[in-house]
Amino acid sequence: MALDTSSPSRVSAKSAAPVFQKSRNPLVWIREHIISIMAFFAFVYLLLPNAVVILFSFNKPNGRFNYQWSAFSLDAWKNICGAPGICESLTLSLKIAFLSTLMATILGTMIAFALIRHRFWGRSGTNLIIFLPMATPEVVMGSSLLTLFVNIGIPLGFWTILIAHIMFCVSFVVVTVKARLASLDPRLEQAAADLYATEAQTFWRITFPLVAPGIGAAALLSFSLSFDDYIITNFNASPASVTFPMYVWGSATRGTPVQINVIGTIMFLLAVVIVGVGQLISMSRRRALK
Amino acid sequence: MSAFATLERMEEPHPAPPPSSGRQRGRLTPYILLLPGMLWLALFFLVPMIFLVSQSLQTGSVEDGYSVTWAFSTYADAISTYWVQFVRSFAYAFLATAAALLIAYPLAYAIAFKAGKWKNILLVLVIAPFFTSFLIRTLAWQTILQSDGLVVTVLDKLGIIQVLQWLQFIPNDQLIHSPVAVVTGLTYNFLPFMTLPLYASLERLDPRLLEAGGDLYATPWTAFRKITFPLSLPGVVAGTLLTFIPAAGDYINSHLLGSTKTTMIGQVIDGQFLRVLNYPVAAALSVTLMASIVVLVAVYIRRAGTEELV
Repeated sequence: MALDTSSPSRVSAKSAAPVFQKSRNPLVWIREHIISIMAFFAFVYLLLPNAVVILFSFNKPNGRFNYQWSAFSLDAWKNICGAPGICESLTLSLKIAFLSTLMATILGTMIAFALIRHRFWGRSGTNLIIFLPMATPEVVMGSSLLTLFVNIGIPLGFWTILIAHIMFCVSFVVVTVKARLASLDPRLEQAAADLYATEAQTFWRITFPLVAPGIGAAALLSFSLSFDDYIITNFNASPASVTFPMYVWGSATRGTPVQINVIGTIMFLLAVVIVGVGQLISMSRRRALK
Repeated sequence: MSAFATLERMEEPHPAPPPSSGRQRGRLTPYILLLPGMLWLALFFLVPMIFLVSQSLQTGSVEDGYSVTWAFSTYADAISTYWVQFVRSFAYAFLATAAALLIAYPLAYAIAFKAGKWKNILLVLVIAPFFTSFLIRTLAWQTILQSDGLVVTVLDKLGIIQVLQWLQFIPNDQLIHSPVAVVTGLTYNFLPFMTLPLYASLERLDPRLLEAGGDLYATPWTAFRKITFPLSLPGVVAGTLLTFIPAAGDYINSHLLGSTKTTMIGQVIDGQFLRVLNYPVAAALSVTLMASIVVLVAVYIRRAGTEELV
């Protein structure tokens, strides 16, 4: 190194020139990277609240509201069910999300198969009815279900929430599974048939495994939609059936326990792990295919 | 919200298989597959809509019961009392949609054309906010927009607070409980619904078209205006609808981030149904909201000329 000081310095002087020029004129640099800079700020905007939720799960607030940082503490993490009613509402939400996902995934997958694999009378009408719930504001769906239940005399509570959640999840399952089904190469099934597979064998050995990721994505989507729903749920719940979003809503006026942030953080990390594992599986599969 | 579906659709595009793939299947099979799900949607989506319309034309009270009297005056009363909240809801939803488009377009563009191998990770980051519940994230905005928080301090130093105050967008020197806070929350909450369809349509764009434009001496800006943007229009239409419709009916943001002066129509419907227990007025407001959205969307789709949204 010491022997050869002159030549590298000359090289670095040469190569440093354009870099220097760039840094001398930041406006040029900004103009060249304007889209990436805007995208960066969009990500900050998108992810800032999640960062705040995680940060404030370690807070020890003064008073009932967890809006101002005061001191670091693990109290809420050690005692997740410490806030009265929070774990009851969490259990209820998980139960409803699980059952409505199960039902909506079955019903929606059946509809998706009918729509993609069959030509039948009433197909476009079916498509319209599937599309409508996704294009209707939640407050309209919630209030119309409430009028139905009140007029027929069905008591509000667990079952009415479940009915509503299955209803609004079905459409999302249909579009997700439909997209996956439509992207399948039909020649794979034809090949199976050419190799004397029966229809049932073709379905369970070829079609279903190929559609399974779509069904899984649909199930995840409907689980999160159900778990997260406030507006429709609020119209069809009773004081005895408080879901987790209803609990959070109520706490906005009563006082926000830190445990809300802890549960938010755990949900976030769980979802990141699930999505990460899913990505890894699909990557290794793609590599195996090559 | 079919934004998720578009995300799924982007993976491997294949032409739809030919009907029935040549095999003979029972004619009843599709109807058997459809029956349970469609029955559910009919019973708990379509029938309730009929009940809602009927409720809006009834008179009576919760105690004595209601009867259909074709009382169209309920609509006149409801609209004349709450037209301010209607206008405000559509104005906020419009502003949030416009802001979301301005933010999401460069974001989707950067992911589609500049991200390279980071594409998948960035797409996950776009939907990552959904992993934490909507309400918890909106509560986090309360923290962010606090009057002594970092955001407000920075905006105050930059003079933006003063400008907003001068424009009457915020009532005093704080952001929280102002229309600006509500629109910020709405934009934030529905931004992924705008980004994903935009990304899906930009991703499909053939880069050779842009090269051809360049060969014909188009400047980058002209190429964007004449090639990229027109080809991304289906994404723009889908994204704006997926943002506008839920934003117009939303009241979580206006409740948690606004004040009594930012009340949106959803809050009024909620209050009339669940606290005032005036079912006919609440139902009339609900029907009016639905009808105005249907009309707006129909006009918009016709003008934008895209019908492949489903």
